[in-house]
Amino acid sequence: MDVFLQTIVAGVLKGGLYALIGIGMTLIMGVMGIINLAHGQLMMLAMYVTFVLSLMGVDPYIALFIAMPLLFMLGVAIQKFLLNPLIKAETILPENQVLMTVGIGMVLTEIVRFIFTSDYKSVTTTYSERTIFLGNISFSVALMIAFVIALAFTGVMFWFLLKTDLGRSIRATAQDKDAATLMGVNTGRITVITFGLGSGLVAAAGCLLAPVYYVFPDLGGPFTAKAFIITILGGLGSTVGAIFGGVTLGLAESLGATYFGMEYEDIVGLTIFILVLLFLPGGFKRLTKV
Amino acid sequence: MKRNLYPLIFLGVVLGLPLVMRDNYYLHLMILFLMWVVIGSAWNLIAGYTGQVSFGDAAFFGCGAYTAGLLSHHLGVSPWWGLAFGGFIAAAVGLPFGWICFRMRGAYFALATLALNEVLRQVATIAEKFTGGMVGILIMPSFTSKIPYYYIALGMAVASIASLRWVVHSKPGYYFVSIREDQDAAESLGINTHLYKMLSLAYAAFWTGIAGALYMNYMGFIDPHVVFSLHDISIMAILVGIVGGVGTVYGPAVGAFLMVTVQEMFRSGFFGLFQWLGALSGSESLAKVAVVLTQAHVLGFGILVVVVILVLPNGIVGDWPKIRKRVFRLDAGA
Repeated sequence: MDVFLQTIVAGVLKGGLYALIGIGMTLIMGVMGIINLAHGQLMMLAMYVTFVLSLMGVDPYIALFIAMPLLFMLGVAIQKFLLNPLIKAETILPENQVLMTVGIGMVLTEIVRFIFTSDYKSVTTTYSERTIFLGNISFSVALMIAFVIALAFTGVMFWFLLKTDLGRSIRATAQDKDAATLMGVNTGRITVITFGLGSGLVAAAGCLLAPVYYVFPDLGGPFTAKAFIITILGGLGSTVGAIFGGVTLGLAESLGATYFGMEYEDIVGLTIFILVLLFLPGGFKRLTKV
Repeated sequence: MKRNLYPLIFLGVVLGLPLVMRDNYYLHLMILFLMWVVIGSAWNLIAGYTGQVSFGDAAFFGCGAYTAGLLSHHLGVSPWWGLAFGGFIAAAVGLPFGWICFRMRGAYFALATLALNEVLRQVATIAEKFTGGMVGILIMPSFTSKIPYYYIALGMAVASIASLRWVVHSKPGYYFVSIREDQDAAESLGINTHLYKMLSLAYAAFWTGIAGALYMNYMGFIDPHVVFSLHDISIMAILVGIVGGVGTVYGPAVGAFLMVTVQEMFRSGFFGLFQWLGALSGSESLAKVAVVLTQAHVLGFGILVVVVILVLPNGIVGDWPKIRKRVFRLDAGA
């Protein structure tokens, strides 16, 4: 029983972080209709920012407030100069934007590899290893802080999307781009801001993950895949869904790791992904209608 | 006859090439080029003509390669049987996948192919008893000389281009294009789009699988990360298609030639140009540039992806009129 509870706790804590990764992806997905396959790589970049800052003695949770604006600006630049020009280009294939994000991901990974080499780095803090025991179940302090901050960011994001003008414009663009344009929303600017926001959110996830994980250039790929599974699980463009999706993936992974073996961790995620596509196309969004 | 003229001249040159070029290094590059022609043409049918972009060509490539490798590993037969069966195995994997996943459209299908590749790679890694896992499969190459491989690859490349030409000028070929242009319109005209998309996928999987079997025979070694590689196989296949020209018959051949050259250029530091210059001028910095360039070859590759999509979204063959106009100041019609 303890093992089971421990697995659940680990899964939910991890799920909070996954939700943060997924929300960034789902925002971009909803507004632009494309999957950002450089998402994990952006997170990897944020982790390296945290790593460099931690070498200078800055705490990862303070580095968060430096990495987020940096990645926001990078996201804005990517959308403005690399992705938006593609909308106008006349081409047979509409998937050019997706392919472009793959290219961007490769470039980011390789630049980082070039500067920092492929070595595994770690951001060590005093609380990286600390755990709290509740009965026989251990709670990692770093993961708990990450979970709380992730929840806070999600709340702020909700408030932003529901209550502010900019948030409403973003939702309007996601629902119907043409109608939004007719209502006077500058949709070009909205896509740029959304990509920036998505990058900023994933940067936050990166900073929170840095103290409990290794930092290496190839980290991006698997996390892009995870973000993409979360988005599909939750329903494309749904923020609530992304939270559900994140927690589900976190739970599934830790259950799979405990009861099947570590090497099956990734397969469990992909299997759920395919099952959802088959039996619940549209993801949890279909059930919650949000 | 005129429209066959350039390809035939080119074919003649390629046929005679091994007689002139004895250097194994360049023959190796040519074999890779011919293999990419096969994969690129296959990708072009499913993506360029049918409009279903596949991000997971490596899945089929790996199926073919593993078919050849496992046949020789477990049954002790010649891995060349892989050429006969690899394509069918890849198509057998592709068909049920297509049956399920062609319900999704556009980018979603592309992502599903990505997932297929991930799943196959994980399976190949975990099923150690059957596939050898991360250790991979090693076989003895049948020939020491590269020339037999060269002609086999050439035969495959020619066959794949010929069959692509035949397919796109046949009735299903026109169905494919109609699906790309407007799936709903095609459906309303009575085309069974699901069936034809699956046919197109089966064709692409078949040829990609054969190319994979050739790779196994030629290289003699595979492991899950080599043949199910996203960057080295899937993305490369897309680039070959896009650089050459999406939805053109000869585009992938042009794209394959350029991409293999460019990839090798980055890998070898512009064919040792900088190293040579450095040695010539005795300057340390140029030699250093050579080393840096070689280290950064994947970076150069990634930048290339970005630049190609920005500047040539329809590829060299597809954007040829535009290039002529811009570069040579000629009118497209002239």
